[in-house]
Amino acid sequence: MARTIIKSENFNAYFGKNHVVKNVNIEIPRNNVVAVMGPSGCGKTTYLRCINRMHELIEGASSSGKMLLNNEDVYDMHPIFTRLKIGMVFQRPNPFPNLSIFENVIAGYTLNGIKMPKSEKEKIVEDSLTKSALWKEVKDSLHKKGTFLSGGQQQRLCIARAIAMRPEVLLLDEPTSALDPISTSSIEELLHELKNNFTLIIVTHNMQQAARVSDKTAFFYMGELVEYEDTKLMFTNPKDSRTQNYITGRFG
Amino acid sequence: MNVKIKYRVFKSKLIQVLIIALAFVCTLPLIAILVYIFKQGITKINWAFLTQLPKPVGEEGGGIVNALVGSVLIVFFASLIAIPISILCGVYLSENKNGKVAYWARLAVDVLQGVPSIVIGIAVYFWVVKPMGTFSAFSGSIALAVMMLPIMIRSTEETLKMIPDSLKEAGYALGLPYHKVILRVILPCSISGILSGILLSVARIAGETAPLLFTAFGNPYLNTNMGKPMQSLPLLIFNYATSPYDEWHDLAWGAALILLFTVLLLNIFTKLITKRWHVQL
Amino acid sequence: MDNKNSSRRSHRQIKAEGFFRTTLFSIALLMIVLVLGVFVTLVVQSVPSLKSLGAKYLWDQTWDPVNNVYGALPFLLGTLLTSFIALVISIPFSFAIAVFLGEYNPQGWLSNFLKSTVELIAAVPSVIYGFWGLLVLVPIVRDFETKFDILPYGIGIFTSSLILAIMIIPYAASMGREMIKMVPSSLKEGAYSLGATRFEVIKMIVIPYTKSGLFAGILLSLGRALGETMAVTMVIGNTSLMPTSIFAPGNTMASVIANEFTEADHTLYLSALIELALVLFVVTVIINMIGKRIIKSYTND
Repeated sequence: MARTIIKSENFNAYFGKNHVVKNVNIEIPRNNVVAVMGPSGCGKTTYLRCINRMHELIEGASSSGKMLLNNEDVYDMHPIFTRLKIGMVFQRPNPFPNLSIFENVIAGYTLNGIKMPKSEKEKIVEDSLTKSALWKEVKDSLHKKGTFLSGGQQQRLCIARAIAMRPEVLLLDEPTSALDPISTSSIEELLHELKNNFTLIIVTHNMQQAARVSDKTAFFYMGELVEYEDTKLMFTNPKDSRTQNYITGRFG
Repeated sequence: MNVKIKYRVFKSKLIQVLIIALAFVCTLPLIAILVYIFKQGITKINWAFLTQLPKPVGEEGGGIVNALVGSVLIVFFASLIAIPISILCGVYLSENKNGKVAYWARLAVDVLQGVPSIVIGIAVYFWVVKPMGTFSAFSGSIALAVMMLPIMIRSTEETLKMIPDSLKEAGYALGLPYHKVILRVILPCSISGILSGILLSVARIAGETAPLLFTAFGNPYLNTNMGKPMQSLPLLIFNYATSPYDEWHDLAWGAALILLFTVLLLNIFTKLITKRWHVQL
Repeated sequence: MDNKNSSRRSHRQIKAEGFFRTTLFSIALLMIVLVLGVFVTLVVQSVPSLKSLGAKYLWDQTWDPVNNVYGALPFLLGTLLTSFIALVISIPFSFAIAVFLGEYNPQGWLSNFLKSTVELIAAVPSVIYGFWGLLVLVPIVRDFETKFDILPYGIGIFTSSLILAIMIIPYAASMGREMIKMVPSSLKEGAYSLGATRFEVIKMIVIPYTKSGLFAGILLSLGRALGETMAVTMVIGNTSLMPTSIFAPGNTMASVIANEFTEADHTLYLSALIELALVLFVVTVIINMIGKRIIKSYTND
């Protein structure tokens, strides 16, 4: 298997005429955690949402350039296909309120009309919840609705739901910014485990988080990919002055 | 897998087309009614039509002046009754967000909005027509006023809720007493919102027939005395349309055209005003 | 400042303030009294019929005022039939409009056009619907009935259900649209990110989320249908007999009241009609209140 799983070539994204992601060239290695950071409005979330083609759901949004998953351009296949291979976890936990915990985890299959015997469903649910460190806490209330869960648990439920689809890549859009510090650290621990089975790309505005969880970090500024480096190197010896300024807190 | 996805996407698009089709089919009856009434009614409208009384059966021609004048008078007096009551009630409700009386009054307004118009006509019959001993335009106005109240009270309350408290405080700070703060400071700011409530309810009741059946009752002659039965456009349309006489059908078409287009114009006009109001705020 | 003058002025002002506040309070009370008054009037006027006809009034089939025999079943049945058939016909259309305006196309000139049209449908006076129905729809239905070997009355329960259906579409449609717009986009995004198509998002996320709101909209349409008088009375046939089929003439509670109220020359006759009005009042109020309760719970969520 090739080392690189996701590769962007001259990738641009627009909101109408607004050029918000400029000429990004990046290679994401398999089974890594890559943090994407930068000040507000730098295009990091937009770039992330382009990877699984959520960006184009917004009216007037467009993009250009290549976004390759295992050397296949994601924009050449049907977006549904893309999203089956690249999962997403959002900033605010969004479990489906009308479904039970069990149904939430398996929701990807239900929505896609994929039928399978009950035993297989149960296996997937247990496996996903275990991988997202939620199984012990909910295994006795699988058929209750998820509304009684805390924010951190709800987010782990959303992670379980995303990884139940066995995607190759998991995109996380500021997954802990709406959570308390304890839930945040439990999710950060989780990311460490998850990278064994998945490649994770996490957008964060929290530098310390990026330093804690990621193998490589990409620094975005005003729509451009300014610097992309092994995390340790980036934080100890940034090459670009803009990176330096951001890390030392001079802006953003 | 690819085939299944293609099928799902196709199904999604198909349903989208179906939904759009169903939605726009609904515009057809409206267009049909507008066109048909316009066609039938436009030839009947002329100066004689607008200024003469209906002729007895068998005679050609005639007009609907009694209904035109009657409608205007009944609606005018209904508004006269309903507007002050609903503004004051709207003020009370927006000033007293909690409180038992406000809760029950709000509930009463909600209930009133759902009462069928014919039931209101019956109630007013027993309250006004029977004691007066006669059908009257006045009782008709009361019935229509009762129907106007929920709409106007709600729009007044909503408008007033949007006015920031700081405006009231400015009034108090200038030494104004409560009633002046409300009447001279708050209400003038809410004019367009209240106005749109008034227009909406006028448009609503101008076409109402049922509440007038046992109150204003109708009158083949021109009558401007509010204490006596009076004709109105919807009543005339109802009576003449269900009659077996062709001449009366003709009158009904002309009347229907006038009524329909007045009501629609009022609605469109109200929307234009509300839009302007929204921009201002 | 002249003390005497200013204290006189503030006395007057305090009095005026008090008067104003009392007026406001009394108007609020007036509303409560008004509604209670309607209810009490209906009850009081129904007493003669409640007393002498009792409960069987509601399921007796014979309505014969000439012989002082009263049975309300034909009208109850007529009301139920017309309202429910109208609901069934109108629901797919209301639903389509709600989904189109709430989900597929919430903005733009096309949706403004549809929105305005739907509002205008609600604005057309019911007597005009009745008039158009009588002279345009009835002949069409008559032709249809002739083709299918049904007695070609033209007028009847089916025709009035058709007109009623058109008239009540806006109510469920606008309520449904409001509810559908309230679905949080994060939920929809979650579903899209799992690979769902637009239809799947609507079917599995939007609809379950808005289920009770959509139901409240249907209740609103139903309440409107039950109380509609003029359009129905002009095309339903106004017979006092039990309807023999949905293509036969019939009558509804509101319609029979409209037709026979002024002819009711004796107390029992009038009282029987008022009792129908009382039933109408209670049923429509209950349905509307349930609908409003459901909506309140949505907006408080």
